[in-house]
Amino acid sequence: MRDSRPVLLVEDDTIDAMTVRRAFRDLKVTNPLVHTVNGEDALTHLREEASEAPCLILLDLNMPKMNGIEFLGVVKTDPALKKIPVVVLTTSSEERDVVESFRLSVAGYIIKPVDYRNFVEAMRTINLYWTLSEIPVEEPEVADAFPTPAAGGR
Amino acid sequence: MRSRPLLLVEDKPQDALTIKRALAELGMAERTIHAPTAGQALEYLRCGAHEKPALILLEFDIGGMSGLEFLRAVKSDPALRAIPVVVLASSQDRRDILQSFDLHAAGYIVKPFDDTAALEALKIIQEYWSLSYLPACHA
Repeated sequence: MRDSRPVLLVEDDTIDAMTVRRAFRDLKVTNPLVHTVNGEDALTHLREEASEAPCLILLDLNMPKMNGIEFLGVVKTDPALKKIPVVVLTTSSEERDVVESFRLSVAGYIIKPVDYRNFVEAMRTINLYWTLSEIPVEEPEVADAFPTPAAGGR
Repeated sequence: MRSRPLLLVEDKPQDALTIKRALAELGMAERTIHAPTAGQALEYLRCGAHEKPALILLEFDIGGMSGLEFLRAVKSDPALRAIPVVVLASSQDRRDILQSFDLHAAGYIVKPFDDTAALEALKIIQEYWSLSYLPACHA
């Protein structure tokens, strides 16, 4: 990715989450991967003071409690969160989900490839694009400070 | 975006040429519609006779109606809002980046404008937006 901030994965399926993690490793993507299991869990994480804001959100759609579309509805109307690019990563190719996601300003809608090799290819493309593209860094007035104080820094 | 049009909104002739050359190399020349002003781009998008583009590439520092105004207009129009807009800019200005994403840009790419770098960048854009599903956008 463009910078070293974490990537937030919102995914209820443990196997799929492991696959993303494995792809990150195989592609040598060094961004920490933070895994939350549904929209509610992800929102709690995003709103926690101590959490470092992610540079990108990878979002599954079909999840219990708060699904991906509901999550988008909240995130994209929250001034503090709406600028974070969200890429949908799902098994649903239903036109209704695609249209609804883009109306809610997603920056990509990718169907999870079943085969691992294709999955890695997809993740490679996502990583390339979000390395080419700038990613907003939300920050109060302090010019050019680092997103978070370095661990152990004074 | 396999067979659907791509709308390029670019007022700088030299940059338009470079981008179009790269798009031609990627086999997308005949699907590219070039609007030299944001106003013309909006007119094109709002004309019911035209197929809606799969993607919009928008020059940020465009004369007349600005890139941000264009983004705002597209994203507040229910018929156009779902079309992803990728901003092409000449600066890495943090505020420009924030404002673009605030207005729902789906990417912000600093123009690398010799031919080789442009081709490289557009290849990545094409690859990503071919991997991504796009809304069918029935007018």
